[in-house]
Amino acid sequence: MSIVTRGFGGRRDDPGDDVPPGQFVTQDFPVLSTGPTPSVDEAHWQLAVHTETGAAHRWSWDELMSLPAEDVTTDIHCVTHWSKLGTTWRGVSLDTLFADVETSADFVMAHSYGGYTTNVPLQDLLDGQSWVAYEFEGEPLEPVHGGPARLLVPHLYFWKSAKWLRGLVMEDDDQPGFWESNGYHAYGDPWLEQRYS
Amino acid sequence: MTAGATGGWHVATVVGARPLTRSARELTLSVPGLEASSPGQHLDVRLTAPDGYQATRAYSLAATGQAERADLVVDRVPDGEVSPYLVDVARPGDLMEVRGPLGGYFVWRPGDPGPVLLVAGGSGVVPLLAMLRARRASSSRAPFRLVCSVRGPADAIGREEIDEPTPGVEVHWVFSRESPPGWPTRPRRVADDDLAAPGFTAADGPDVFVCGPTGFVEAAAALLTGLGHAPDRVRTERFGGA
Repeated sequence: MSIVTRGFGGRRDDPGDDVPPGQFVTQDFPVLSTGPTPSVDEAHWQLAVHTETGAAHRWSWDELMSLPAEDVTTDIHCVTHWSKLGTTWRGVSLDTLFADVETSADFVMAHSYGGYTTNVPLQDLLDGQSWVAYEFEGEPLEPVHGGPARLLVPHLYFWKSAKWLRGLVMEDDDQPGFWESNGYHAYGDPWLEQRYS
Repeated sequence: MTAGATGGWHVATVVGARPLTRSARELTLSVPGLEASSPGQHLDVRLTAPDGYQATRAYSLAATGQAERADLVVDRVPDGEVSPYLVDVARPGDLMEVRGPLGGYFVWRPGDPGPVLLVAGGSGVVPLLAMLRARRASSSRAPFRLVCSVRGPADAIGREEIDEPTPGVEVHWVFSRESPPGWPTRPRRVADDDLAAPGFTAADGPDVFVCGPTGFVEAAAALLTGLGHAPDRVRTERFGGA
C-alpha cells in the first residue's frame, strides 16, 4: 500500500479469500463482446476440432447433445474486475470431446462464430478443467452470453471462455488470439493477476 | 502498454472536478509516468482505504493524447462502490492509482480517413467523446456522425461541447424518456433512421463504434447489422448485466 485515498471507505461486501486479487463480486452477469452478438442457429451449428495433421473431428448440435453432459458449479472472473460466484452450467467436458483426438501439439486456438479467437494451452482444457457449455443456471445459454454454446475455462480470466464456440485448432506454438494481440496476457491466471501483457 | 502482471500502477492526483449532469462528473488527474492514450482506451482506477482495503474499476478516458494526464467522466452507479466516491467525494488533491492506458481494439486513430459512425447510449458517450475531441484537436477530416441516446436533457453528458458546430461532424440526439421543450420528436428509442444517414450507410463502409448499457448496445448493434453493416466493422463496448 503506497497511498491512501482520502474519504474512501469501501463497501466491504467482498467475501474475502474466494475472490482473486483486484476483483469485486457482482450479482449481475455483465456482457463484454467486441462486436454484435452473432445469431447462430442450432440447426446449422457445428463444432470442429482440427489437429496439426489436418484431421478434423466434427459434432452437430444433436451429436453434442447426445454426449454425456456434466453439471458444473464454479466461480468466474472477468479481467474487467468482476467475479461472479457459484455460477451453474451444463455442458460437455473437453475430455469427452478429445477422447479420440490424436495430437502432439500443446496449444489450442479457440475460434468463435463472429471471428473471435483466444489461445489456451491444451493441458488447461483437459482433466476436468473445461467444458463446452450450453446451459446457464438451468436455462439454454442466451446468445448475449455465448449461446448456443461457449467454451468454459473458469480457472482463467473469462475472455478465455470463448462465446459462440465453433472450433478448436491445435497449434504447435502459443499464438496470440484476439485480446492477447490487443494488450492482454497470453495466459490469464486471475490468482496471479495476469491481466495485461 | 507497460503494465506487468501486477505492476504498472501510477499515483494519480485529482487536479480538477467538474459536474456534467446530476449523476456524472469529469475528473482530471495528474499522473506522472502515464503514457499518452488513444481515443477509446480506458484505465483501471484503484482506490485505497486507510486500512489498506482496495477497490478497482475500469473507466473510459474522456480525453486522450496527453501524457501524464487522465480525464475521466464517471456516472454514478446506484449502490456502486467506486463511482459514488468519484462523483460525490473526490476533490482536488486527493490521491488514487491508475493503470493503463488499456484496450487496443475499441480505438479510433486520427490517421484513419474513413467515415466514422458513433452510437452512444447514456454514459457510453464517454469513449466516443474522446474520439470526437481527438477529431476536433487534429487535422483529421474524417466524416463523423455521433448519435447520442439519453433519457432526457438533464442526463445528456457534455451536450454543449458535443453540439459545438464543426465541419464534417454531425451530431444527432435521441431522447428516450423525455424530450427537451420544443423538440421535434417524441421520446423514442434509437431506430434505423437515426443510424442510416447519408454518408454513413453500410455502403459507405464507416467504422462503427457503439458504447452503452448492454441492452442498448445489443439493440443498436442488431439494427446496424440489419442495415447491412459488416459485423467486423461494428466495434462494441458494453457495461452492465443481461
